[in-house]
Amino acid sequence: MSTPEDGGAGGASALVGGNRFVGQRVQRREDARLLSGHGRFVDDVTVPGLLHVAFLRSDFASGTITRLDVEAARALPGVVGVFLGSDLNPAVLETWVDYEGGPRGRPFRVLAEGDVRFVGEPVALVVAVSRYIAEDACELIELEVAATHPIVGHDAALAPGARPVHPEHSSNIAETVEAAADPELDRIFASAAHVISRTFDQHRYACVPMECRGVVSVWNPALGELEVHISTQGAHGVRGFLSRALDVPENRVRVVMGDVGGGFGQKMFMLPDEVGVVLAGKLLGRPVKWIEDRRENLMAGQHAREDRMTVSWALDDRGMILGVRGDLVADVGAFPAAGSSSIGFVGVVFPGPYRIPRMQYSARAVYTNTCGRSAYRGPWLMESVVREQMMDAAAAEMGIDPLEMRRRNVITDDLLPYTTATGMVYSETSIAASLEQAATMIGYDEFRTQQAEARAHGKLLGIGFGLYVEPSGLASGTMSSEAAVVSIGMNGKVQAVMSSGSHGQSLETTIAQVVADRLGIDVDDVTVSQGDTASAPFGPGTGGSRSAVILSGAAEAAASKLRDKVLAIAAHQLEAAVEDLQIEAGRITVAGSPTPSITLASVARASYRDRSALPPGAEMGLEEKVRFSPSSGITWSNSCHACVCEVDPRTGAVALLRYVVSEDCGRMINPDVVEGQIAGGVAQGIGGVLLEHCAYDDHGNPLNVTFVDYLLPTAVDVPTIEYGHIETPATTNPGGYKGMGEGGAIGSPPAVINAVADAIAHLGVRPLRQPLSPMAVRALLDEAGLAVSPA
Amino acid sequence: MNEMTVSVRVNGQPREIRVEARKLLADALREDLGLTGTHVGCEHGVCGACTILLDGDAVRACLMFAVQAEGCDVVTIEGVAGGAGAMGDVQQAMHECHGLQCGFCTPGFVMSITAFLEQHPNPDERAIREGLSGNLCRCTGYVGIVAAVKAAASARARR
Repeated sequence: MSTPEDGGAGGASALVGGNRFVGQRVQRREDARLLSGHGRFVDDVTVPGLLHVAFLRSDFASGTITRLDVEAARALPGVVGVFLGSDLNPAVLETWVDYEGGPRGRPFRVLAEGDVRFVGEPVALVVAVSRYIAEDACELIELEVAATHPIVGHDAALAPGARPVHPEHSSNIAETVEAAADPELDRIFASAAHVISRTFDQHRYACVPMECRGVVSVWNPALGELEVHISTQGAHGVRGFLSRALDVPENRVRVVMGDVGGGFGQKMFMLPDEVGVVLAGKLLGRPVKWIEDRRENLMAGQHAREDRMTVSWALDDRGMILGVRGDLVADVGAFPAAGSSSIGFVGVVFPGPYRIPRMQYSARAVYTNTCGRSAYRGPWLMESVVREQMMDAAAAEMGIDPLEMRRRNVITDDLLPYTTATGMVYSETSIAASLEQAATMIGYDEFRTQQAEARAHGKLLGIGFGLYVEPSGLASGTMSSEAAVVSIGMNGKVQAVMSSGSHGQSLETTIAQVVADRLGIDVDDVTVSQGDTASAPFGPGTGGSRSAVILSGAAEAAASKLRDKVLAIAAHQLEAAVEDLQIEAGRITVAGSPTPSITLASVARASYRDRSALPPGAEMGLEEKVRFSPSSGITWSNSCHACVCEVDPRTGAVALLRYVVSEDCGRMINPDVVEGQIAGGVAQGIGGVLLEHCAYDDHGNPLNVTFVDYLLPTAVDVPTIEYGHIETPATTNPGGYKGMGEGGAIGSPPAVINAVADAIAHLGVRPLRQPLSPMAVRALLDEAGLAVSPA
Repeated sequence: MNEMTVSVRVNGQPREIRVEARKLLADALREDLGLTGTHVGCEHGVCGACTILLDGDAVRACLMFAVQAEGCDVVTIEGVAGGAGAMGDVQQAMHECHGLQCGFCTPGFVMSITAFLEQHPNPDERAIREGLSGNLCRCTGYVGIVAAVKAAASARARR
């Protein structure tokens, strides 16, 4: 089933000696259980005596709670407990996540208390013998709120004298990046041939994993131990947080993540309702389960993306960028999750793939009476969304072709290593090559001819690019390292216990590929386990496109160390030199000699039971742990997206006709997994630009809390995706890998927006905001005076 | 509390359960019959994660009460495998075409594809995409799933 096959990017394996599986399209080890209904997601976990939780949530965006009567709910047969903010909030001691490293003043409360601050904020937590009864009880709770006019949107948050969303704060500013004075940049702007300014909006949309959040919590009062099963991106983060929040020593908190049905950022850090469930179970001394429903997920499971950025570019008369100014406002809602505001990072990575000599940047994150923000696949992607639209805008204003405009400004390989205006250093990138590969694959010049012909017949075709560099393998703070414990058992089979785990990234397969190659065994002889704090070394969780770089690095290093030990024992037994030995198909042989040989299993067995079979002084057993950090905090990958769309002049509907991605994620461990990650990210970008929207009305009511209103892309909306691979190995890790988990979602929004804009540019209109729904596009066509012709 | 007995054939076996009249079929399959392969993704009939076969038709188990399945023949993801751990042809095609990542939506897709191929043995890409449009996947961009339907259809055509 997992025999390596030829083709794909197998040629890459030639770069590392002895790779049989790395670089191959090895089919996934995860699939058998997931395809047969035997996965173990959090809702599949049950324990004796399990109780069920439902939340009463606020219907008001802001206001004072004037009445909260839970007596009828408490009296309902089957109800075991009803908890309010005054019961739970004081019991939560600390509310910072591992990554924050200490208290950061981020607003956090388990349940509303005294007032409500967004629609969907949990107000009461009901525990009952079934979810059905828990929801019945929520219906019996009487909640009255003296509503106040909510703060909705950036403008309201920043208006002079605006009421603070959080009364304990003096303003709605959550975080600020101050612009540094730059007289040299002022001089550049004053003397530039062209200065172009634009404001771009990115609308609010969300991660929307197919599995909602969920937690099963078992408090054992006799042992003082907590066991938590949770749908999360990182089990240790949950453990650390709960230990501090509930004052339970971390070595008495066991957190288990089983199969996780997607996260995309939403499940990176614990949210208040999840903490409430664990706390309620602890107070009752009974096991409890809460499975978020879709309405809760869309209303209160955190949102993302809502940004506004104003930029000015100074250019010379050839269209070369001389300097950039940018100012960002990010809406983080009422209770942002940790790490959700990437306003600092947006500025740092803004220069991206272009030679931008100077940049000045300022930003503010603001609180509003809306659902809090979470990270979402490329949380900083506003930089690409703005920069790539700006590239087209500047090209149009100067009468330069948008591809030519990019060619003039792109960072070419001869400039490497290249240091950006914000101090980022690229050394193993292929930015210009990915731009050219995408342009060739999409047939740019031919398209322009086609487009002109189509326009002559009233058809609206457009092309768009999204060129970017992805800061992958993010290694800072608690995310700086990952660890692997690789062992060979008594019977010669290999287990890799990893610090961080997969929530869809195929790590059980890719890590097995890496380990199998280092140990010279079949990939089917390696099992990868993850996500149980009782066995796994500390890991920060899967996010930041880190796993290929850092987790694989740990697996590679631990397996190599184990290999050294195996060979030392085998050399002793075979009376041969270590450097003459090779491991192939689980057998250790002396190079160039058919005999003698020895199996990995016999070495393993001897290592555990026969000290005399080991070299003098050698430690018994075959178990190695390595904690690995890449040699740089960021491993840069790069990509170029290009797509072609057709706008229906009657309905305004956008259809994507072609979609091309050229990417360089270094050496590919498994091209199927690389392409799968790209495709998923692209679909999320397409959905975001064309369909998805977490809209609010002026009263702070969310308008899209079912899948009837919040439109996810279907198989009809996503085109075939064509891939071009460039492999420039990274030097930050031994395998030469780069991350690309987020890139698909980063490059696609600007590519799709630019394609739609290009399709209608000749009509003299341009889209200013998304989603580019048929109605929104048709409104632009109306503005252009394009009559609706009969069908 | 208003419980009823439901007799239903599930994956070829006659089963009898006592459930509240309001209990959803999806919940009954998961909780009362222990068949947790049927996943609940939205509870309002859009995402398709809970798709099962009811008398041969693909239906949403979250849009039915368990009592409505009285006397019906139900097939869940646990019932489509080739037996003894082997995968059925749709599952095998999904595996070979990288048609799943997190795997949460996957059982629903397998059930929908199974019903779809019964009715459309030789579908073109357009028909496949429309046939899949009642199931949502957030991980794959549908690329591998569309390829899997093509592969399964042509494998059947060759038989």
